[in-house]
Amino acid sequence: MGRYFIESDASAKKSQQNDTEQVFNISKSSIKKVKKKNRHKKFKAKGIEYDKKKFKGKERGSADPFPGRKPVDPAKVEKHSRGQAVDVRAVKTLIKKKDLERQEKNIELAAETAARAAEVLLPEEAGYLEGDEDQEFTGRLTQTEIKAAVDPESAAKSFDLKLQEFGPYKCDYTRNGKYLLIGGRKGHVAAFDWTSKALLCEFNAMESVHSVKWLHTHNLFAVAQKKWTYVYDNQGIEIHCVKTMNNMIQLEYLPYHFILAGSSETGNLMWLDVSMGKIIKDTYTKQGRLDVMCQNPRNAVLVCGHSNGTLTMWTPNMQIPAAKMLAHGQAVRGVTVDRSGTYLATSSVDRSIKIWDIRAFKPLHEYKVGHGASQIRFSQRNLLGVSAGNIVQIYKDPTKGEISYPYMKHDTFKTVSQIQFCPYEDVLGIGHGGGFSSILVPGSGEPNFDALEANPYQTTKQRREAEVKMLLDKISPELIT
Amino acid sequence: MKVKVLKRNVEDFVRETKHDIHKIHRNYNQSEHPFEAEREYQRALNSVKLDKIFAKPFIGSLDGHRDSISCVAKHPDAVSSIVSASADGEVRLWCLSERKCTSTWPAHSGFIRGLTYTPAGAQVLSCGDDKTIKTWNVESPSDTPVDTIVCKNMVTGISHERKGDRFATCGEATQLWATGRSVPIRTFQWGVDTVHCLKFNQVETNVLAAAADDNSIIIYDTREVGAVRKVVMTLRSNALAWNPMEAFVFTTASEDYNLYSYDMRKLGRPINVHMDHVSAVVDIDYSPTGKEFVSGSYDKTIRLFRAMEGRSREIYHTKRMQRLTNVLWSNDDRYIVSGSDEMCLRLWKARASEKLGVIKDRERVSLQYKEKLKEKYAHHPQISRISRHKQVPKHVKNAAKEHATIRQKKKRKEANVNKFSKDPQFTDERQKAVVEES
Repeated sequence: MGRYFIESDASAKKSQQNDTEQVFNISKSSIKKVKKKNRHKKFKAKGIEYDKKKFKGKERGSADPFPGRKPVDPAKVEKHSRGQAVDVRAVKTLIKKKDLERQEKNIELAAETAARAAEVLLPEEAGYLEGDEDQEFTGRLTQTEIKAAVDPESAAKSFDLKLQEFGPYKCDYTRNGKYLLIGGRKGHVAAFDWTSKALLCEFNAMESVHSVKWLHTHNLFAVAQKKWTYVYDNQGIEIHCVKTMNNMIQLEYLPYHFILAGSSETGNLMWLDVSMGKIIKDTYTKQGRLDVMCQNPRNAVLVCGHSNGTLTMWTPNMQIPAAKMLAHGQAVRGVTVDRSGTYLATSSVDRSIKIWDIRAFKPLHEYKVGHGASQIRFSQRNLLGVSAGNIVQIYKDPTKGEISYPYMKHDTFKTVSQIQFCPYEDVLGIGHGGGFSSILVPGSGEPNFDALEANPYQTTKQRREAEVKMLLDKISPELIT
Repeated sequence: MKVKVLKRNVEDFVRETKHDIHKIHRNYNQSEHPFEAEREYQRALNSVKLDKIFAKPFIGSLDGHRDSISCVAKHPDAVSSIVSASADGEVRLWCLSERKCTSTWPAHSGFIRGLTYTPAGAQVLSCGDDKTIKTWNVESPSDTPVDTIVCKNMVTGISHERKGDRFATCGEATQLWATGRSVPIRTFQWGVDTVHCLKFNQVETNVLAAAADDNSIIIYDTREVGAVRKVVMTLRSNALAWNPMEAFVFTTASEDYNLYSYDMRKLGRPINVHMDHVSAVVDIDYSPTGKEFVSGSYDKTIRLFRAMEGRSREIYHTKRMQRLTNVLWSNDDRYIVSGSDEMCLRLWKARASEKLGVIKDRERVSLQYKEKLKEKYAHHPQISRISRHKQVPKHVKNAAKEHATIRQKKKRKEANVNKFSKDPQFTDERQKAVVEES
């Protein structure tokens, strides 16, 4: 149905049209002649193939050289398609065959419409940072330079919080990127709107805090404290003390399953259903202290990295790991999975970062860095943030090809304890020994959010409705495979 | 250095005044929507469960008759008017939307066996045990009939053709009448048995189907001289109904607890057997869409079947509803009227969890989405388990168990006989119902 419009063809056509200028002398007699001649013939413009079905109504002298709808790039349609069509020829009954054919057509139409909509309806475009003629390499650009080059509102998104007394900070952003939660090792926990700096709550837990995590909205968050895991309200009121989740190091929240997952010092992985308050599974992994853990956002599987260089993947439905693979020769120190669930990045003590195809368990790229990275994280647009010591480096599109130099670099004044990309914003949050820093990383955030999934501009009413709808759509943990 | 940082204009994403609708921007990329299949499955599961929660099919009962209902008939076009007759000869007109009796009069001095509207809906024809066929005016009802025809024998059924002014009655003999005549135009006869049920085809308006007492079904054509085809079954058919959408399909309600759908062109084998009742099926009526039908049975239950399927999709029962005598599917495909022995007509919803009130656009879209989801995930075990589950009265459940045992025994015996015989005979379930065809 019409081929994709390529630039070269346009120019060729234009020249063709300009060459022969056709002049028509239209008189009544000539019209009659044409009518008589073409009474039984369908009008066909020379050199252009009409899709007869689409062009049924217009029969005569249409001046449109590109009839029909604007053709869509088949690659884009492929991106929106949901897999291969069913082979209709294999169906034996005629009625069912027609039914299936119709359904397949509808599905194709849906993919095409989505591809069209994607081009037109998305309001924002991604950020970028490019060097110019005299300085192509962007890796040496500092935050002050970038701040000077952008408007003051965006510049305000890059800030430093100097909180020296309460130890290295862990941080977490809500799903819509509006609220930030920071937790210092010595017990300081604060939740606030990071753009307007409006404080939601701030308190000291009087115990060591190992990890902080937002739950489904900005009204609840979980803090992994010295012994047990606590759930607090957005006002800092302690709501639950989950004694079964003890000695947690890392917390992960699975938003579509309403599950708070955690890895503990004793080598246990626990899945807690926060809507019901029930522990779904408590697995003893026998792999030792689990301090490296992340979730695969595509299928809600937990990926753990161990000190013997192996990676294990766990689901709440199996006692043994769903998959186990040898990633590095030495201890794995950082794991992260990208948003689409296709790539896995691991970093190890042997100063290498490997990119894997997670579904085929095949290594794609391997990079040698100067020092072993302790934290790595993928952003929404597949920028890889790597932190080692007090240096944070960001690599652009490490999954697509070999990268030789970083996209951006930032120094903090103390050792980095956690990095988190802010969803839907071009910002990276760094929790370090001296507090919290937020830096601008152009091109890291997804520019167009879907308001029905995560809406940074949610009103209270919308949040309430969204919460109810999410609870209704809560996926049963048995479906995590 | 060229730099651009994501910056969103708040005005583009937040509504201007509280009287506007919220701005919802969508991104249809798959990366924004993980777990699509799982969430859809969860929604399908929820909607199936909600269906069961909201399944309240009984709407109300129409009281008034002082004897068990013997016939009901529905208006050819109007949706809310029906007429019913009881065993003591009383005829009542009902308005279904108000659930009230609009008028009533004593029509016959005995049992009323048949009731039908004329195509315009202005008159009602009734026939009964007192050997008369009476025509009543419906718009201005009165005690005296417009016309009375006296017959030689008892008239056990009546049916009016879809267009025109002819109607047929059955009894000792099947007769074709025209309005205004006191003598039948034509008499059809095949065999010597009485015919107790008669129905005109709604599409092929010249074709009649009749159920006779010798366990047979006879197809008559009013254009030809007599009967066209006859099929004899194992047991008697109590009632039959034509599919209003398929010209050649009719379904009979048989004494052997099943319903048989036939293609009138090939009467040798029914196209479908509908099994689920545990006692004789007494009446059947098709939905105006032609895709479903309702059957009432002697086992005090109403079952709804899909025309192509062999098992019921729904069962309606109440402790207060005794033996069914008649069932009817309303013309707007939404309600079912059942008449039973305890002098009550009951009004039910055709789709038990349907909302009857005004449905707004968004609600309708949401309901359609749920329907489609249920269809998509219908084969998943959890979902099919929930949608199949029906609360069934104890006597029906026990009887069904017994019948299942009996059927299994017969099957096993047949299988064993075939295993050890020289020429095994395999007859399918559908063929077994037919004795002979002519």
